[in-house]
Amino acid sequence: MSDKDKIKIENINLYYGDFHALKNINMKIKTNEITAFIGPSGCGKSSLLKSLNRMNDLIEGVKITGRVLLDNIDVYKEMDPTVLRKRVGMVFQKPNPFPMSIYDNVAYGPRTHGIKSKAKLDEIVEQSLNSAAMWNEVKDRLKKNALGLSGGQQQRLCIARAFSVNPEVILLDEPTSALDPISTMKIEDLLTEIKKNYTIIIVTHNMQQATRISDKTGFFLQGEVVEFDKTEKLFSMPKNKKTEDYITGRFG
Amino acid sequence: MREVDDEKNLRKRKTVSIALKAAVWFCGILTVGILVYILSFILIRGIPKINMEFLFGEYNSETLSAFSSVVATVEMIVISLLIAVPVGVFCAIYLSEYAKRGNKAVKVIRLAVDTLAGIPSIVYGLFGMIVFVYAFGFKASILSGICTISIMILPVIISSSEEAIKAVPDMYREGSLALGATRLRTVFKVVLPSAMPGILSGIILAIGRIVGESAALIFTSGTNVLKDPTLNLLASQRTLAIHMYMLANEGLPHSRDMAFATGSILILIVFLVNFAATKIAGMFGRLNNE
Repeated sequence: MSDKDKIKIENINLYYGDFHALKNINMKIKTNEITAFIGPSGCGKSSLLKSLNRMNDLIEGVKITGRVLLDNIDVYKEMDPTVLRKRVGMVFQKPNPFPMSIYDNVAYGPRTHGIKSKAKLDEIVEQSLNSAAMWNEVKDRLKKNALGLSGGQQQRLCIARAFSVNPEVILLDEPTSALDPISTMKIEDLLTEIKKNYTIIIVTHNMQQATRISDKTGFFLQGEVVEFDKTEKLFSMPKNKKTEDYITGRFG
Repeated sequence: MREVDDEKNLRKRKTVSIALKAAVWFCGILTVGILVYILSFILIRGIPKINMEFLFGEYNSETLSAFSSVVATVEMIVISLLIAVPVGVFCAIYLSEYAKRGNKAVKVIRLAVDTLAGIPSIVYGLFGMIVFVYAFGFKASILSGICTISIMILPVIISSSEEAIKAVPDMYREGSLALGATRLRTVFKVVLPSAMPGILSGIILAIGRIVGESAALIFTSGTNVLKDPTLNLLASQRTLAIHMYMLANEGLPHSRDMAFATGSILILIVFLVNFAATKIAGMFGRLNNE
């Protein structure tokens, strides 16, 4: 496992209009680790996640100051968002497969980036679905509409879709909050399985999930990072009183 | 004491509910009844008069053939849709995908669209006559009619497309953009296909408007009728609706009957178009839900 900083977040401040949603965030995200962001609703964890692949740009009235560095390149100043988003993939809270076939869902990304050859696309689709541990489930119905899949399958398809453009980082925004425990388990297993090839950041409401899968955990409160440490450390001997109150269920 | 009250209450509620049910049924049957009455009134008078001469023959005072009018109507539908659908859909894409909220241009465009939708068709006719027939020199011709009617159906297509595009969930757009797709690709590959059924229903409304239009076309494509159908768009040729209007006023012994025959053909065309459009919308629906 390399010990490189994949993403460096430096003095990020984010405003929705007058609302100061993120306050001076500094973090370093290591390659091939799973980093979890936890905290109560509205604490800014999703906002920070979305600033990493500039999905916040799409919201009107957002202002961001500070720097996000991906392999030491400033993603706000020196990188086109389409290039950034190819390198930093995202999986959303609600499964959002496109209303098209399973195959076309996975092939959408590579097609976007100019791959036309049928053989190459077939290969990518198979690989991506394999990495998402669902090739065997769906290989006989690739031409069927993706919306016919169960919620858990849809979410894994979205993960496969994220793999399809060969990203380096995968951001997951509460990917299992809409799923049943078995689907959740499958996705957690999948994430621990794939972290050797990717850098993963996951926002979760579920503290058990963070302890189960993540290497590092950041605890957010009212737009600030209260504590950011190794997961075992943060949950067993939190340094901050607020972290302790939150993880022991005293609020949130 | 309470139980008595409850029972009274219950009886009262039952009476009200029966009365409401009756009213709903009555209105439903009334609506269907009127539709059936109109349709059978026209079709019973019209269909027996339809013959090969009338459908495909040469127009003269004997046959009063609708052939050239049918062809002109089809030309008008196809070409004005070819003009108005791209313009309308692109306008809707701008309004719903690109324009920022509170943008002044959007307000102006919306106002223009709503105003265009509310203008009586005869005013369009007058406008078309002054602009296309005289100023542009198209004369009274199918082309002038097409230009006029394209403007008339624009608001229908813009507003239904805009509604349909807005109804596409944001999560599809996010999914596409998060893969590094550009906004343009997202719109054409993800948003528009999902919005297609709604856009199609706007197109059906527009076709209904073209088929049924008379006032605006009398001023622009004229009431002239050719012996044989023409593909020359600069010729003046009436559409079916105008054919019917003219026949009803002609005063020839059989022209009234033939007006009903024309009306029957119009109704059949509208049925056909609706049927085809539902099929097409169904195809998109199946693609979306399979």
